[in-house]
Amino acid sequence: MERELTCIICPRGCNLNVEVNYNDGSNKNKYNNGYSKNYTIIVKGNNCPKGEQYAIDECINPKRTVTSSMRVSNRKDTMVSVKTEKNIDKDKMFKTMEYVRNTRVCAPVKIGEVIIKNIFGTNIIATENID
Amino acid sequence: MIDGTDKTKNKDKENFYEYTKKESYQQEKVENENMEIEKELYTEHNKEYDIEHDIVVIGAGPAGMAAAISAFDNNVKDVVIIEREEKPGGILKQCIHNGFGLHKLGRELTGPEYAAYYEKMVNERNIKIYCGTMVIDITKNKIITVQNKDGIFKIKAKALILAMGCRERSRGALNIPGTRPSGIFSAGTAQKLINCKGYSVGKKVVILGSGDIGLIMARRLSLEGAKVEAVCEIMPYSVGLKRNITQCLKDFNIPLYLSTTVAEIHGSGRLEGVTIAKVDENRNIIEETKKYIPCDTLLLSVGLIPENELTKNAGISIDNFTNGAIVDENRQTEQSGIFACGNVLQVHDLVDYVSDEAEIAGKGAADYVLNKLNGQIIIKTVPGNGVRYVLPQRINLIYEYNKNREDYKREISLFFRVTKPFGKIKYTVKLGDKVLNTAIRLKASPGEMEKITIKANDLEKISNKDEKITVNLEELS
Repeated sequence: MERELTCIICPRGCNLNVEVNYNDGSNKNKYNNGYSKNYTIIVKGNNCPKGEQYAIDECINPKRTVTSSMRVSNRKDTMVSVKTEKNIDKDKMFKTMEYVRNTRVCAPVKIGEVIIKNIFGTNIIATENID
Repeated sequence: MIDGTDKTKNKDKENFYEYTKKESYQQEKVENENMEIEKELYTEHNKEYDIEHDIVVIGAGPAGMAAAISAFDNNVKDVVIIEREEKPGGILKQCIHNGFGLHKLGRELTGPEYAAYYEKMVNERNIKIYCGTMVIDITKNKIITVQNKDGIFKIKAKALILAMGCRERSRGALNIPGTRPSGIFSAGTAQKLINCKGYSVGKKVVILGSGDIGLIMARRLSLEGAKVEAVCEIMPYSVGLKRNITQCLKDFNIPLYLSTTVAEIHGSGRLEGVTIAKVDENRNIIEETKKYIPCDTLLLSVGLIPENELTKNAGISIDNFTNGAIVDENRQTEQSGIFACGNVLQVHDLVDYVSDEAEIAGKGAADYVLNKLNGQIIIKTVPGNGVRYVLPQRINLIYEYNKNREDYKREISLFFRVTKPFGKIKYTVKLGDKVLNTAIRLKASPGEMEKITIKANDLEKISNKDEKITVNLEELS
């Protein structure tokens, strides 16, 4: 099965052609981790190794970084920008946003400070200094 | 001898005494005194400036900060930055999404992180940033009038770096017919309201313009729970980065309508809906394709305009295509000692390139202060077939007379944009008929800035001083 993807790793945006072949000859439409050793993925069009990794991830388990901002409870009219430390599963984006929306931060905050621990395998960290 | 001198002195004294008795002298004396007083007053109140600095940078965004750092590192230590907002960082403060710094720093940062990285470097060098300070005027003599809570004062700079950035085009520039309800925002304003102030701008959103800010906002609004009904783009292609189309639109199943615009705005009080319609190749609305979309918010992401009011005050001419100043390869404008970089010079798609450009301008300004810039011959660069503009617009041949300088063999980068999307193409840079460099690209889009380098010593062999450097594009099959 072939897929056309656009790499999102860097602004270059390579067009990737991905061919997924299942060893048992079937042409399954669904991808998940359970198939781990039963397929081969051939990536074409990438200009760097990161592109290949992105294409494989995108076929097996697409991931994204979520960025947002949170209210600072002890500062007037102030938000602190945050992001997920590592990429999280694409389908967990909205769930993550819910946690972010319902959390308040107390200043001072430093860049890199963990604000929510252990959420879908990663942390939410601050990306802005608030004095 | 002594007697003789005394006599003459006495004689002079007598003459002088008689002269002072005359009416004309009395009058003259009064006039002279008045003039003295006037002169004193004049110097007191019309002093040309209050403070002096070697280099003054206007704007503490990514361009301003990088330029100041670069100037400092190139041996001019008296550098100050003037910023009108309360915090440095410029537009990066509201760009909380990631994707910054991959080219420049080799890692992926969010906007505030990228700004903090540069702010830290500025602080390490003890470069002063005057926040909450607005520049009202600049002159070609590099006297800057600024205003803040302490009042109005004037700064004299040896070199001036303009890094004011750009602003968004507004609804007024588009002439969309219809009513004037609330709920129409420029994308950047909505971005600031949501990310920095924590407001919600609307629930059902249509976005006009598929530039990067529009695409980023489509994702941001979706994540915040709003429904983005459509992104409309008047051109037959999107001008945004491809990866943003994937991660901002496709991820959230937001439709992108190309060759489509907002034909009418409906609603009184709050926006109730918009009529979208297809356009033909001359961008005229095709009546039959009109379609009504109910929505309460319209975001406009329809282009950025470099903020060049101050530049014009200093008598610097503006390029019609970049809407920024005309500069040479050191980013020096027509007025010697005034430099420009960042989005005030040309609208960039990546902040990494802004930082690169600012470093050139910062080094240029430092070299100017240290009397290292002495351009002699100016060669113009012109866009050729398929190219919209080339920056820098002119190149100074300054190293002609001292070939022993190590940077004699330096490379000059030419930045340009193509007129429309192309497949496989070949760029050729020519000086007259002589080919200076060529490059092959698999694709090119007007949304992505292209770069090609030429060698300065190739320009030495210039035979005719009216010869121009052209960048041409050739389609390959």
